[in-house]
Amino acid sequence: MSNVRSKSRWLPWHAIIVFAFLYLPIVTLIVYSFNASGVGGFPPRNLTLDWYRMLFADDAIWESVANSLIVAVAAMAISLTFGIPAALALDRSNFPGKALFRRLVLLPLILPGIITGLSLLMLFREADVKLSLVTIVIGHGTALISVATTEVFAGLQKLDRAQEEASLDLGANYWQTFWRITIPNLRLSIIGAALLIFTLSMDEIAVSFFLIGRDNTLPLEIWGRLRRGITPEINAISSIIFVFSLIAIVSWYRLRMGSEGQSEIVTEVVGTA
Amino acid sequence: MFSRAYRAAITLPPVLWVAVFLLAPYALLLCYSFWSVSPSQTIVHSWTLDNYRELFRVNVYLQTLFRSMWIAGRVMLFSLLLGYPLAYYLSFHANAKKDLFYQLVIIPLWVSYLVRAYAWKTILGSDGVLNTLLQYVHVTKHPLEFLLYSPFAVVLTLTHIYTPFAFLPIYASLEHIPRNLVEASHDLGASPLQTFWRVIFPLSIPGVLAGATFAFVLSLGDFLAPLLLGGPSGIMISNIVVSLFGAAYNWPLGAAISLCMLLLVLALLLLSEKLEKKWSFR
Repeated sequence: MSNVRSKSRWLPWHAIIVFAFLYLPIVTLIVYSFNASGVGGFPPRNLTLDWYRMLFADDAIWESVANSLIVAVAAMAISLTFGIPAALALDRSNFPGKALFRRLVLLPLILPGIITGLSLLMLFREADVKLSLVTIVIGHGTALISVATTEVFAGLQKLDRAQEEASLDLGANYWQTFWRITIPNLRLSIIGAALLIFTLSMDEIAVSFFLIGRDNTLPLEIWGRLRRGITPEINAISSIIFVFSLIAIVSWYRLRMGSEGQSEIVTEVVGTA
Repeated sequence: MFSRAYRAAITLPPVLWVAVFLLAPYALLLCYSFWSVSPSQTIVHSWTLDNYRELFRVNVYLQTLFRSMWIAGRVMLFSLLLGYPLAYYLSFHANAKKDLFYQLVIIPLWVSYLVRAYAWKTILGSDGVLNTLLQYVHVTKHPLEFLLYSPFAVVLTLTHIYTPFAFLPIYASLEHIPRNLVEASHDLGASPLQTFWRVIFPLSIPGVLAGATFAFVLSLGDFLAPLLLGGPSGIMISNIVVSLFGAAYNWPLGAAISLCMLLLVLALLLLSEKLEKKWSFR
């Protein structure tokens, strides 16, 4: 393989440029959250924590953070409740429309969010359901079933069915086998899916955009403020969330060390959608 | 091994949920596109082709659709140009730093999409970071106005957002290439360039297709980056849909446009799937 390496002097440079491109906005965002004279202006001067102080006194933002957390947890519950059985069904049950069902479940992840968002909006309108956080939860929960199903389905392919068979042979019923054998064996996939669903929901905006009632989620609150003009408060809240996301990623990788990465999800989704 | 009751228990709940909250809404999108809106602003539930006639009669809809495809096409191209060599470098040359680099590509994905678009806005604005930097080092005297509120800004931002999406499946397909094939190619006297074009690249095509599809489809339907950074010349098809569902209040026409977009996307997904199968070596 050594002769491959010899010709590729430009590749490391290309990598450096791509990484610079990927991280430039993130670094800018964080640096300017400490900049006294606001978001523009080079060089940044008079470092300050004022924007963070303002942020902590800003009730509207924290209310939207709380809303987003509630939505993310509820969406996670819905996605897992229906996504795990869906993966089991795709793995071990045959039913009419199975191929359609598989495609349908995965669709929201690859479709532009606007299509799923306004389709649900029409459903709620025809059913006379008032828009609120509940409609957002249903939207996120439904769209993200795909994540739970893909992750758990991948986990099932590595699962040894002998354990489940043994459990059934030894007199446990299906319910006991499910909770004591199947679920614990899928633990890693389920936790991975839960983390991913949580993060995706916290960040989701295209579907929420159409299903929003009176209460804002964090991305929609930020969106509303961006339309009125930009303030470093948004840099501050984004930097804080970035740090929390980093912590989440580190724990996610610790969990999944040695098993397959996110790339598998993306390929699987495109492959089967 | 699994009883009927068990299979029913794992099948029915998700199928019902998906039928009500996914199948029904998409079906309703189809219905709405054949309905109309009365002068008193209520939805008329009787069938008509008017929305589709309108769609082909008024130039702006198709024009905007083509512009969106042109923007999405550039985003796809740039994401591949940035993502492919990076994936190749990681997979074949990064050695011990592979995992670290891989995670460095993933991390930006965890920064909110909206926040990254906003960050570009603070960089590109007329008193933004880039313009003030250029003036600070005396490259320019006046701010460059074309940076923000232009298709350029939209393409740049969407490329930033979808490069990791293009990277991931390419990287996965490169990682799956059996290394003994590459070694065999070298041993049989092929140059590194020949090995790349004749062995590695053909085997990575399914990943390229997946990454290209992702970048194209997701940027095609985007409406936030154009609203935030596009200005009047950067308007995309979803912006028209948003306004039809908002102030313009013509849901049926909005539904017809969305349905066209949906069909286009589904066609691309099917095409990509077909091509991937054709190029898949497993």
